[in-house]
Amino acid sequence: MSPARARVDSPEEDALLAGLRAGEDSAYETLVRTHSGRMLAVARRFMANEDDAREAVQEAFVSAFRAMGRFEGDARLSTWLHRIVVNACLMKLRTRRRKPEESIDELLPSFAENGHLQVSGAGWDGADRLLERGETRSQVREAIEQLPDGYRTVLLLRDIEEFDTEQTAEALGLSKAAVKTRLHRARQALRQLLDEHFSLSGASDGEESI
Amino acid sequence: MNCREFVDFLMSYMDGELAEEPKRVFEEHMRLCPPCEVYLDSYRETIRLGRSACSDAEGPPPQDAPEQLIQAILAARRSS
Repeated sequence: MSPARARVDSPEEDALLAGLRAGEDSAYETLVRTHSGRMLAVARRFMANEDDAREAVQEAFVSAFRAMGRFEGDARLSTWLHRIVVNACLMKLRTRRRKPEESIDELLPSFAENGHLQVSGAGWDGADRLLERGETRSQVREAIEQLPDGYRTVLLLRDIEEFDTEQTAEALGLSKAAVKTRLHRARQALRQLLDEHFSLSGASDGEESI
Repeated sequence: MNCREFVDFLMSYMDGELAEEPKRVFEEHMRLCPPCEVYLDSYRETIRLGRSACSDAEGPPPQDAPEQLIQAILAARRSS
């Protein structure tokens, strides 16, 4: 898990915290209006449908309201709320009835009969250059959303939320070996989904000849 | 080592978990097999792109949450 960001002095946040500790309705409304959009974006990455994402955000805020007295201000409110909404999503994912696992096999690399790896094109442009393209971020997020639940969750925890293998295994009730296998498969599948957008010889490189 | 084994060992290689001899064999295969080298590079870029695309610190802030959700959260506080 990434370490808490150092608390940045912010008069606005100090004033908001004072209002929250005093139980002021207006402070709570400010907190919700300021942070709910970002929290919903996090929850949408974890939860496959919109209703579940909204429920997770609501449950996260209720948890945060209850824990407000214990918030010591050693991290930013946004960092603290981020952790709470990730936990709320994990709780929902663990407690709801398990659906049959979707297969990820069709997104794994293919090999020719002679055992050679079949990859398209001559590789990708660098990530920095790809991120300069306006649509790259949304293409990547959409591709992550296409991964089956059991793989997407592991990838989000390990590569995005920066949990380590042990923390991820504990959060999801998996063995460490299973976390590693799922992470490797999830990355391979995501690579495959992104390949059609980013392969240098792909048809979707945006360069059209007349 | 063939390409399938290369792909299987790729994450362990990146995590520095391969012993000296398997690592040497892995790197030898990569040197001789351009598609596997391309694959490793794009696998690395996949991880970087995922981090960047989901980072709170980069890009425009997400849209506001729907008013209905905001009201539901505030109502939950009042009733708790």
